[in-house]
Amino acid sequence: MLAEFIQFLFSGITIGSIYALAALGFGIIYNASGVINFAQGEFIMLGGMSAVVLTAAGLPLPLAILVAVAVVAVVGLLLEKLAIEPARNADIVALIIITIGVSLVLRGLVQVLFGKNTRALPAFSGEQALHLLGATILPQSLWVLGTTVVIVAALAWFFGRTRFGKGMLATSYNRLAAQLVGINTRRILLAAFGLSAVLGAVGGILITPITYTSYDAGIMLGLKGFVAATVGGLGSGVGAIVGGLLLGITEAMTAGYVSSAYKDAVAFVLILLVLFFMPRGLFGAKVSERV
Amino acid sequence: MSGAERYYGLAVLVLVLAALPLALPNAYYYDIAIRVLINAVVAIGLNLLIGYAGQISLGHAGFFGIGAYSSAILTSHFGWRPGLALVAGAAATALIAFAVARPILRLRGHYLAMATLGLGIIISIVILNEARYTGGPDGMAVPPFALLGWQLVGERLWYWTMAPLLVLVTWGALNLIDAPAGRALQAIHGSEIAARVAGVHTSRLKTRIFVLSAAITSMMGSLMAHYLGFITPDVAGFFHSIELVTMVVLGGMASVFGSIVGAAILTLLPQLLATFEGWETVAFGLILVLTMIFMPRGLVPSLRLWLLRT
Repeated sequence: MLAEFIQFLFSGITIGSIYALAALGFGIIYNASGVINFAQGEFIMLGGMSAVVLTAAGLPLPLAILVAVAVVAVVGLLLEKLAIEPARNADIVALIIITIGVSLVLRGLVQVLFGKNTRALPAFSGEQALHLLGATILPQSLWVLGTTVVIVAALAWFFGRTRFGKGMLATSYNRLAAQLVGINTRRILLAAFGLSAVLGAVGGILITPITYTSYDAGIMLGLKGFVAATVGGLGSGVGAIVGGLLLGITEAMTAGYVSSAYKDAVAFVLILLVLFFMPRGLFGAKVSERV
Repeated sequence: MSGAERYYGLAVLVLVLAALPLALPNAYYYDIAIRVLINAVVAIGLNLLIGYAGQISLGHAGFFGIGAYSSAILTSHFGWRPGLALVAGAAATALIAFAVARPILRLRGHYLAMATLGLGIIISIVILNEARYTGGPDGMAVPPFALLGWQLVGERLWYWTMAPLLVLVTWGALNLIDAPAGRALQAIHGSEIAARVAGVHTSRLKTRIFVLSAAITSMMGSLMAHYLGFITPDVAGFFHSIELVTMVVLGGMASVFGSIVGAAILTLLPQLLATFEGWETVAFGLILVLTMIFMPRGLVPSLRLWLLRT
């Protein structure tokens, strides 16, 4: 009983960490620009896929990971430069549609270049399972958790202690005021897309040894990251992490105790409930609309 | 759009639809034309919501799927008459849309996009998993449509049924937009709070347009299922929702004729790109991005402005 529960809890926390990373990515871009980046899921897929292709080409795993993250970061920067910046004055619906368009382009290109097959990445430190209170835990899960903790700590330092990070926060509170005190908000916007792309890529690379990846893996991961971000409250850092873990655990428990066929529906039922009863999410700021 | 312009547009539509069969050499082209007609009706319904009321829906394929699968299941498993099944599907869709409309339409922008997207995905997951009734991922066969003992089979008959239907829906949509309800809708698009101050019952109106647009989509789902004779869960999928939104956006938000053009282009495109496996997704994406950046109003309104200027 207990062993089973711990097993589900652990797999929930593992996948929840990836949702949390994606949710942080959503939040960073949302704060900097007010845009919901529907291509966030493609960053995750692209990270995993690039690492797979690079290791298959003979690169050692650590180098392949670094190059993959760099590739996705460049894609994130290009997305901002080529698709978001030219449409700076467009309304929300238009921006949603633009990022959906970009996600289709990325998915289509990966399908054309690397095919439709499911691809695997070797685990970072072997497949030998660990045992804890009767539950079996993959070493890769520990990699996922460890890396996520490190990243969250680094982000907390970045936003709380560095000049650039504080500039990003200031921009999210009030862009005009940030400009007036001399913050280069355009560079901040660009950096937000790069940073989100990196977070997505890292998540994608970490999870690929467990779940594998394919050209269309980004859709569900991205949507669930968005669900996590919304559940936690869009733009809230703590909210993104809580939302991600909450979603991951709920999903794993549903798959384990209720029905694995309806596992994917959990996120969307959760989001409807949250939006119906507390539209700002768990940690979201109260915003009033100006007429 | 002025009154006279409206009737010119309607007349052109009737002429094109009447003349088109002369240019359609064989059943394959008829088939594409029928798909365009069905998609055009869906796009007009969706445009009432997106373009006029300013409420985005990323879940309309879910409604399309409910219609398609209601017709398929009720006629083949339970022996219902197709007409009755179509109405039952539309009623079920309207009921679901009505139930979720209040809480969903209270949301704005991203939250609304997320909620409609979630609803659509839940519907498609149910269809995928209830394989006992829906055949799961393999899909299921649908018997042909029949009404009052009169069977709708063959491309020609379908064309001549759908073409008048499109004209009717276009005419209805144009009238609705210029009616007081339509003006109020456009006021909501401009500024919801300002509309409310001016005395528009915003939540009731948004609910009605959402239900109407969902019911239209469901009925077209039913007809598409009967026409194709076979459906798969893809009809309710996320990608199909995006396709429908693309039709509206490309043709022109808040342009009824734009929706017809958008539906035509998006239906033809996969046929043209069929030989380039995978590139059609890239092309879809590029169309979305480029339209939004360079022609945010969409094809038909941009063209109209350009014509008026020269």
